[in-house]
Amino acid sequence: MKILVAVKRVIDYNVQIRVKPDNSGVEKDNVKMSMNPPDENAVEEAIKLKDSGEVTEVVIVSIGQEKCQDTIRTALAMGADRGILVKAGDDIEPLAVAKTLKNIVEKEKPNMVLLGKQAIDDYCNQTGQMLSAILNWPQGCFVSELGINDSAITISREIDEGLEQLEIQLPAVVTCDLRLNEPRFASLPNIMKAKKKPIEIIEIESLGVDTIPKVKYLKVEEPPVRQGGVMVADVKELIQKLKYEAKVI
Amino acid sequence: MIENQNIQREEMSYDVVIIGAGPSGLATAIELKKLNPETSVCIIEKGSEVGAHILSGNVFETKALDELIPDWKEKNAPIKTKVSMEEFLFLNKKNGMNIPTWLLPKSLQNHGNYIISLANLCRWLGEQAEALEVEIFPGFAASEIIYNEDGSVAGIQTGDMGVDKEGQPKDTFEPGIILKGKVTVFAEGCRGHLGKQLIKKFELDKNSSPQQYGIGFKEIWEVDETQHQEGKVLHSVGWPLDPKTYGGSFCYHAENNQIYIGYVIGLDYQNPYLSPYDEFQQFKTHPKISKILKGGKRISYGARALIEGGLQSLPQMHMPGALLVGCDAGTLNMPKIKGSHTAMKSGIIAAETIQQHLYDKKELSVFDTIFKNSWLYQELYEARNVKPSFRWGLIPAMIFTAIDQLIFKGKLPFTLNHLHADHETLKLAKDSKKIDYPKYDGQLTFDKASSVYLTGTNHAENQIIHLQLKDPKLPISYTLEKFDEPSIRYCPAGVYDIQYNKEKDESEFIINSQNCIHCKTCDIKEPSQNINWVTPEGGGGPNYANM
Ligand SMILES: Cc1cc2nc3c(=O)[nH]c(=O)nc-3n(C[C@H](O)[C@H](O)[C@H](O)COP(=O)(O)OP(=O)(O)OC[C@H]3O[C@@H](n4cnc5c(N)ncnc54)[C@H](O)[C@@H]3O)c2cc1C
Ligand code: SF4
Repeated sequence: MKILVAVKRVIDYNVQIRVKPDNSGVEKDNVKMSMNPPDENAVEEAIKLKDSGEVTEVVIVSIGQEKCQDTIRTALAMGADRGILVKAGDDIEPLAVAKTLKNIVEKEKPNMVLLGKQAIDDYCNQTGQMLSAILNWPQGCFVSELGINDSAITISREIDEGLEQLEIQLPAVVTCDLRLNEPRFASLPNIMKAKKKPIEIIEIESLGVDTIPKVKYLKVEEPPVRQGGVMVADVKELIQKLKYEAKVI
Repeated sequence: MIENQNIQREEMSYDVVIIGAGPSGLATAIELKKLNPETSVCIIEKGSEVGAHILSGNVFETKALDELIPDWKEKNAPIKTKVSMEEFLFLNKKNGMNIPTWLLPKSLQNHGNYIISLANLCRWLGEQAEALEVEIFPGFAASEIIYNEDGSVAGIQTGDMGVDKEGQPKDTFEPGIILKGKVTVFAEGCRGHLGKQLIKKFELDKNSSPQQYGIGFKEIWEVDETQHQEGKVLHSVGWPLDPKTYGGSFCYHAENNQIYIGYVIGLDYQNPYLSPYDEFQQFKTHPKISKILKGGKRISYGARALIEGGLQSLPQMHMPGALLVGCDAGTLNMPKIKGSHTAMKSGIIAAETIQQHLYDKKELSVFDTIFKNSWLYQELYEARNVKPSFRWGLIPAMIFTAIDQLIFKGKLPFTLNHLHADHETLKLAKDSKKIDYPKYDGQLTFDKASSVYLTGTNHAENQIIHLQLKDPKLPISYTLEKFDEPSIRYCPAGVYDIQYNKEKDESEFIINSQNCIHCKTCDIKEPSQNINWVTPEGGGGPNYANM
């Protein structure tokens, strides 16, 4: 059995995001980038399944600039077998990503595609679902538990009401929640070994995917600064304030 | 570290293992590869990436880089803004007196230097080193020194990952590994926690004065175009510091309407109520400074200790199996407040030493000969008397410095020694004056919490606390009682606090180790040397972008 894991290079979760002075986007120069956190859970789960013998090969794919190779190497150092980098611009949107992944799926023929539930940069939460639709494969999203039995998987998924248990036929698309597992640390010797693992590089143009953005960004702004709270003396004053100052009732 | 001695640790060997990817470590690596591409070299760096833990002014002198990578311009080094204008101010509360730059000693003039981000220069140097096949491993801290049976240094062990608060392995436990080198180079920067152990074990400082340190703050501001003069360098002494305390400010106009503004205070200050952080915040409200910052936006904050002892305090830099370079030893030129070019030069000298050691069977002690014949030694020699003269107070020191540097060019036939280590200088709280610092206005001055937020610092939860108390009772029984717990004030990240526990009816010493930005001030200034900074899990600590 073979698993394809899609990973995205994003601004590290510890970095304080800053809007560019000209409001054209957020500052990425010399900012630390790393693997999107839920994608790390996806990689971890795939490698766990490989460790337990259920899976024979884990292939990592990332779509973006040359530097995404670093992100792929991180996954290889955690224990994945090989990588694919589809070279594309930074502004590629979920639908184009899903279409690109479909291309890779058709080439690699994995039994399962694992992704993070969403990326922490744009919070789109669309790619996995779109991929499942265009592949016409079943999907399991926000997965916090995963088990394999023969040609199906059992999953728990995080939903508003609590946890939902499902059984899904393979091949399938699964998006991972942070609760799924705790990603391992890559050891130094494994980082060394990962440097020798192969990464295939594909130009996105060669796949014939339409990457022209469908959304136009007009302006990026910081959210307004939160005003400090005030203490009110009694309910009457509270209602007054809500009515006339905040104008919410 | 985990106690269990039975852990199987992997071992990797290189010709040279370097600890720390700052200017000194990177220069060592690059020069080694230039001298012999066959020498195998690795660098380990505790920051999550190269540059993440680098914080510096920085006005950069290219002297050492010109030797290391002569074509740095063609290779597009991030060194763009030439110093074009200079001002030196003597501040009092309301005003500032300009000291004409021609009156300044040459060491304080910056013509020909550049305003840079040292973190970004290190990122670039990292790329240059990797192109020469140096292996760099960011996200790994060297936590222990490994010795050979004959007592010489064999290498280091990297920190264990995935160990919980109690020292027990978690599911993600990943044992640290042993990295062995024919020579190990310690380039941890100011107050390296392994360098400190080596100096003690090999008594490297037995012929030197006590070491001296400072704490340096830096903020990056985006300011209004009309207030920005790219290439301008402004320094000041005086207000708000009292004349007995050694320190001053810097304000550099960098690219993109950014200002690098900061403050350096000698850690030999005496009043336990002094708060270096608040001195810096207050400094920004001076009319000469606030007019630059008004309407601007603060985008970064950070702090780091500096090593200021100079030549008198410099320990021996070689020992069996290892070398100590850069600020880990103390090569900073204090009157210039420049340590980057000197750190790099010490790395170049280390590389020449290792080359002779590996291939011509010379002892590592040839370091001394090469060092003594270099411009680095000459430069540190000439600068040696400036810092110690400040024990006479600001004005006499400035007069002495003018005579020493302008007339005698540092060649006066005597050397002033440093008298005390920085942890010995605090007066008792009862004999000291409390200082009332103004409230933060949220425009020019900010509280510590919102400052620390900008550093992006992080440490994985549930790990061993990396600020170790030799005696856990001492903060309450001694430091609080005698000095009113100065760590609350000197820590630039608000790691320490005293809280009153109602149930137990006693005060408790709190360590918010997650906030630590690895400046090392507590390790230096704690009056009884009770706080020992050790490496947390690799990758933890600040995530500085353009510092
Ligand atoms: C506020 C301030 C302003 C300054 N202004 C200037 C200026 O204008 N011009 C100038 O030339 N100099 C300036 N300096 C000094 C200059 O920054 C230092 O001299 C220089 O950075 C020293 O280089 P280094 O390589 O010795 O150490 P560092 O730059 O400190 O680098 C050490 C590296 O080692 C890593 N490390 C440490 N311990 C370990 C470990 N155990 N395991 C793994 N990695 C480790 C650290 O994370 C770091 O990346 C300034 C310093 C400060 C604080
Ligand atoms: S705890 Fe110590 S090393 Fe950490 S930020 Fe505070 S003073 Fe600096």
